[in-house]
Amino acid sequence: MEVFFQQLINGVSLGSLYALIAIGYTMVYGVIRLINFAHGDVMMVSTYLAFFALTGFSLLGSFIPQMSWYFSFPITIFLTGALGYLIERLAYRPLRGAPRISALMTAIGVSFLLENLVLVIFGGRPKGFPTPDAFAGVFYIKGVALPSLSLWIFGITLTFLGATFYLVYRTKSGIGMRAISRDFETPQLMGIDVNRIISLTFIVGSALAAAGGIMWAMRYPQINPFMGIMPGIKAFTAAVLGGIGNVVGAAIGGLILGIIEISFVAIFPDSAGYRDAIAFFILIFILLFRPSGIMGERLPE
Amino acid sequence: MEREKIINTAATVLSLLALTGLLKWASSYESPYIVQILNTTAIYIILSTSYNLVNGVTGQFSLGPNAFMAIGAYTSALLTMTPDEKEITFIIQPIISPLDKIAIPFLPSLLIGGTIAALFAFFIGFPVFRVRGDYLAIVTLGFGEIVRVFATNAISITNGSLGLKGLKQYTNIWWSWGWAVFTVFCLVGIVESSYGRAMKAIREDETAAQAMGINVFRYKMLAFIISAFFQGIGGGLLAHLLTTIDPKLFTFFFTFNLLIMIVAGGLGSMTGSIIGAVIFAWGSELLRWVEEPHQIAGIFIPGIPGMRMVIFSLILILIMIFFRKGITGRWEFSWDWVFSRFGWKRKIKIEKAHD
Repeated sequence: MEVFFQQLINGVSLGSLYALIAIGYTMVYGVIRLINFAHGDVMMVSTYLAFFALTGFSLLGSFIPQMSWYFSFPITIFLTGALGYLIERLAYRPLRGAPRISALMTAIGVSFLLENLVLVIFGGRPKGFPTPDAFAGVFYIKGVALPSLSLWIFGITLTFLGATFYLVYRTKSGIGMRAISRDFETPQLMGIDVNRIISLTFIVGSALAAAGGIMWAMRYPQINPFMGIMPGIKAFTAAVLGGIGNVVGAAIGGLILGIIEISFVAIFPDSAGYRDAIAFFILIFILLFRPSGIMGERLPE
Repeated sequence: MEREKIINTAATVLSLLALTGLLKWASSYESPYIVQILNTTAIYIILSTSYNLVNGVTGQFSLGPNAFMAIGAYTSALLTMTPDEKEITFIIQPIISPLDKIAIPFLPSLLIGGTIAALFAFFIGFPVFRVRGDYLAIVTLGFGEIVRVFATNAISITNGSLGLKGLKQYTNIWWSWGWAVFTVFCLVGIVESSYGRAMKAIREDETAAQAMGINVFRYKMLAFIISAFFQGIGGGLLAHLLTTIDPKLFTFFFTFNLLIMIVAGGLGSMTGSIIGAVIFAWGSELLRWVEEPHQIAGIFIPGIPGMRMVIFSLILILIMIFFRKGITGRWEFSWDWVFSRFGWKRKIKIEKAHD
């Protein structure tokens, strides 16, 4: 029983991170039908931003001292949102009328550009991520270890999910997003500024990825330029599992994926090397039996 | 009509003979470095043209070539290695039976490698093509990672992260260019047939194609499987050219390079893919310059690893935004075009009108 609760806590905290990243995928896909391959790499860039904010760095000859986490993390989330805006503005908007495959290829290009820019600027050697003291430490409840980081992850994820749901389902911009995901042309006739809504989608998605990325870096405290690929693929799987385009579905899909992955490792510890393969088999399985996902609408076959 | 067909065939045969002569001259007089690049060029042509069949001609976005190459490379390498070589190579765990006793010649090993890659393509394509959407991209991307995970972890088959070493260098200029010519002929044959027209119809408008009675699932699947077969062959050739393979060789970088070749050459055009492959093979050798240390005007610039990939990804994004047609657009090379350049008038073929 203790083992069960222990793994459940691990699974939920991993799943929360997938959920945060998956929402960015699902929102962008819902609005402009683009698999944003660069999303995982945006997350990776956010971990580097947080790393430099926490440890201090020199910029243009002047040294910027290290900042405490309650300054560093909001700044990181803000800057990553700005990065999302820049990517959309520079790389995706010029392709708005182009065939879908062109936008996908550009997304791959952006993904590679981010990975290799970080590699060129900061080097390929993994960096140890300095976890602030506020996130370290473990509580024990009846023999079950409850890392305070897991509590943070759960709390922050719930806060951000709540904010996102409010944005999507209770604000005018949210109505705009949902309208565009139904039909791209008609909302423009209704006076909705489509470009503004799409930019907002990218900003929100990237900010959520930054929140997920920071906590990812504290959970697995090592960052490198290619760390975003695997979480990216898995979060996309979570989005498809929940029903792509559906924000609630992405959150549920993320949690389910996290729990399945942790239970696999717990049940078959010898095959832990294959844990990255699970998301892939789940993806294939969903496409075979329920392509619309848990919460999604039926897709035409 | 018959006369023109004979002249076209003669022109093709003559240019193949010219290519043969050129390769013979190159392999006997030039340095091993040039021969190596020539071999790479041929393998790139195989990979890019077959990749183009899925991404360019059929309009489905696959990211799987690196996975199919890995499958082809490992299969053919395991089949050509002699039992003694396997015993020396597999030091962590012995290789599983019956692979430990098998050793077959190069050509059948390539064909088996290609066939197994095609088989995997079938199992991936089946769930993906049943649904509409861009799932192929993410599923093939995931598949590439899975192949890497298995190549690293299934030690009794793949020797894990140590890889397979000391393969015999079977691939020479004749094998690689022979396969390149064969691949191009096969693929051009497919593109110019009714199969190719069905694939192009799917690319332009899936719903309309379906309404015209085209079995969309079947043609997507066919393109994907054929492409995977040739990518498996390309992987086998590459394995026996480099003589060493390990899981790190077949990362997503390879697929990304192929993507640049077909996009720069002209998405959907086989001529474009060939031009893209040739430019990439030689251009990426020249671009090694940016990763080496230099002394320019008295200033020392250290080598920057990864700079080439930054340049490549910028090239890809810029091509997609400003120059989406690539070098050739959808134009294809034909002898009719060559002769018309020399003012030799020919009957205009009606079937050419569709492009």
